[in-house]
Amino acid sequence: MQPTDIKDPEYFHKVVDCQYACPAHTPVPEYIRLISQEKYTEAYMINWESNVFPGVLGRTCDRPCEPACRRGRIEEEPVAICRLKRVAADNKGEVKPFMPQGPFSFNGKKIALVGGGPASLTVARDLAPLGYEIHLFDEQFKGGGFMRSQIPSFRLPESVLDEEVNYILDLGIHTHFNHFVHSLEELLSQDYDAVFVGTGAPKGRDLPDLPGRNEGAKNIHIGINWLANVAFEHTTNIGKKVIVLGGGNTAMDCCRTSRRLGGESVKVVVRSPYSEMKASPWEKEDAMHEDIPIVDNHVPIEFVVKDGVLKGMNFEKVTPIIENGKRKLVPTGEPLVFIEADDVLIAIGQENSFPWIERNIGVTFDKWDMPEVDTLTHASSHPKVFFGGDAAWGPKNVITAVAHGHQAAISIDLACRNLPLTQRPSPFVNLVSQKMGLHEWAYESNVVNDVRYTVAQADKKVTLSNRKTEVELGFTKHEGCKEAERCLNCDVQTVFVEDKCIECDACVDICPTTCITFIDNAEEDELRQLLNMPALNTSQDLYVSAPLKTKRVMVKDEDVCLHCGLCAERCPTSAWDMHKFLYKVTKAG
Amino acid sequence: MTFIKPKFRHPDLPKNKLGYTLSYYEGALSTLCAGCGHDSISAAIIQSAFEMNIEPHKLAKLSGIGCSSKTPTYFLGNSHGFNSVHGRMPSVATGANMANKDLIYLGVSGDGDTASIGMGQFVHVIRRNLKMIYIVMNNGCYGLTKGQDSATADNGSISKAGIVNQFQAIDLCGLAIELGATFVAQSFSGDKKQLIPLIKAAMAHNGFAFINVISPCVTFNNNKGSTKSYDFVRGHLEATGTFDFVPEMEEITTTYESGEKHAIKLHDGSLLQFNKLDSDWDPLDRFSAMKAVHQAREKNEIITGLLYLNQGAMDLHELVNTCDRPLNTLKKEDLCPGNGALASINAGLR
Repeated sequence: MQPTDIKDPEYFHKVVDCQYACPAHTPVPEYIRLISQEKYTEAYMINWESNVFPGVLGRTCDRPCEPACRRGRIEEEPVAICRLKRVAADNKGEVKPFMPQGPFSFNGKKIALVGGGPASLTVARDLAPLGYEIHLFDEQFKGGGFMRSQIPSFRLPESVLDEEVNYILDLGIHTHFNHFVHSLEELLSQDYDAVFVGTGAPKGRDLPDLPGRNEGAKNIHIGINWLANVAFEHTTNIGKKVIVLGGGNTAMDCCRTSRRLGGESVKVVVRSPYSEMKASPWEKEDAMHEDIPIVDNHVPIEFVVKDGVLKGMNFEKVTPIIENGKRKLVPTGEPLVFIEADDVLIAIGQENSFPWIERNIGVTFDKWDMPEVDTLTHASSHPKVFFGGDAAWGPKNVITAVAHGHQAAISIDLACRNLPLTQRPSPFVNLVSQKMGLHEWAYESNVVNDVRYTVAQADKKVTLSNRKTEVELGFTKHEGCKEAERCLNCDVQTVFVEDKCIECDACVDICPTTCITFIDNAEEDELRQLLNMPALNTSQDLYVSAPLKTKRVMVKDEDVCLHCGLCAERCPTSAWDMHKFLYKVTKAG
Repeated sequence: MTFIKPKFRHPDLPKNKLGYTLSYYEGALSTLCAGCGHDSISAAIIQSAFEMNIEPHKLAKLSGIGCSSKTPTYFLGNSHGFNSVHGRMPSVATGANMANKDLIYLGVSGDGDTASIGMGQFVHVIRRNLKMIYIVMNNGCYGLTKGQDSATADNGSISKAGIVNQFQAIDLCGLAIELGATFVAQSFSGDKKQLIPLIKAAMAHNGFAFINVISPCVTFNNNKGSTKSYDFVRGHLEATGTFDFVPEMEEITTTYESGEKHAIKLHDGSLLQFNKLDSDWDPLDRFSAMKAVHQAREKNEIITGLLYLNQGAMDLHELVNTCDRPLNTLKKEDLCPGNGALASINAGLR
């Protein structure tokens, strides 16, 4: 194998599994370390800079970081990264002084943002301090988009959302609430230099062809619309017996909200097997904790309506089989299963919808009626129109929308300065030694053995009786510190310098997880098999040195390295050293 | 600050026949200097014990005084141990072995502990062919007292302070062969590929197994001009062969060709396979072994690998005809045959 080029920032970035997995690439270990030092304000600001909504995400994030966490590969459970973010948000001090301070001198450019969700708000935050005049349009009466209408208050208190939306609006954003944009053409005819479309995926999927759909329409609701109606208090109750169709996180929000609006017997019914449901495992657990059974392998067949009143639904039982490597659901042949219901909520997915974008103004749509958007620049075929968030490539999540917002802001800024959109700024990277003495490091190198701490929940009696009472209580400061200490500091990198190495094997002998091997070089596939412990997780890189004096090379399997620093501590020549790696995605401007 | 080794190990760590992973054979975190060759030897011992499926309670590690003699703390933490007086490890090993021959005795010593203060004990334990493994971690200096030349420092070797050693070195392997040691090997701490099969073969040997391991002192004897530095040793290694230890039960897959590959069946049925690099040398012939040692010295080379093996000699228990069972298992009835037996002995003397 060729020697690893550690000067390429992406090599060490990939070693920081959580940060690499995060769409916004938030420097996770950096802020977790600050939490363990009780520096909550600083931890919050690192988050705010990168993901804009730490308080919101600390409660509702889809957590792509956690399945990636190295801790999950060496013991059972990853670090509770998401809930630690909330610890920073809950305990922070005054943060406004650390944010950009307006008023900003106007640079002469006007930007329109359509939709007031996380993607648009991120664009606003990145561009406002640069002097852009930002106009934000949203049909709701407040900013926040789906964070406000779709995420129930028992998961995300309104005050938390308001606070973080307002940090952005306070940067001098011109808001146009209760304003539905009906025509992109009209918007473009005004003097905007760019338009950002962050309108999400607002159309909930229906089951229009299912028998009884029209007859029972009064008691059959589209999940996301129903949630919005609850959030804006147009809907305040539901029948005692409720069926929620669907296996995603919206279905989980629907069933749990139903329980709070009078639903006593609420059931989630899903076509696929339980293990294949799209909902996050913790959301499924929370639903079941609120006495909501999840009935899997049941395909909806018809709504049963008698005398104009919805009575329930018939389902066909299926079983999954694998055919030609594809999973298929095959009917079991058992009689249809009838489940009683006063109301049915359909939460089987959502789609994009752009009725307000004229198809003849230069924004090209593909055969699925989705806009053609460049994955790097977020530019559409119209030079002034950019897309981001769910509006760009369909429903994802808040953190992805934020990541889109940052990239779109860069593109809009480049476009307004007449620079090519492909001229993306390099990431900010810093690599600095942590050595302080013979056995002293500037980071807490000791690896703690604690298992994951669980977040306490409020009493079910209380939370089920009030839709706005937050269920999760969050970590206490003490629990937060303890959980933070579980972090392995994957951003503190093992850096190897060939010409200092005397090949004494001290690092090989001490490494607790047998990551290091000195070996004759070979091709990667072969080398992976020949290491002291075969490196079978091919998603993790091998760190290969240039040839040493004995013509062998040092090969380190990054997979289960604990970043404990023992290799560097036992190295007599400092050929190994621990360097803290900071990687920040560069923002617009 | 890290004086604690994390408890996490590689999740796919293999298990040996006893169901233990390598970590079960580890000891405490080493407090030797970073980069000390002794730590590599400790790691080789851990690996050997793991691969030999040794039940940790069936092994006793014994040592004297010195950097080398501290190492038993750093390996086989679940085994018996005795850290004895300077140079007196062989006596303690002899006593323990006489009392209980069911255990494996692993003695660890240094060049000072063996070639200076312990020389008298060393030569006598060889004479007696005590069944044990005797490893010398040989760095040619007194590392624990700031690196003065030891008795194994080569004539002409330059110390860290720049002083040239005027005295002749004691060649421990040559001495051991001369005195009739039945298993003599030499190796280098930086060459685990060779060292591990040698330790395993030593564990299988029925008699006194001596391994002299050159182990650079990274703090006091790794300088230019030293003949025990990593660079010098690597540059002057001359292996007698490449070795592979095959336990009795394992199927032998190696094919023999062109007379270069050899295999010696050891006492317990296992095989020591080797690929001879030096055609003049025959490990079963004491004269050729002696000659190889002298030739290497002449050529300023460090000869490594198995040097000499004699499986015909009786070990101490056989020589003095001790009883088969460990002393602590003997009951009063075993030790005191009773009046009848005494009377018959007395009668025989009348």
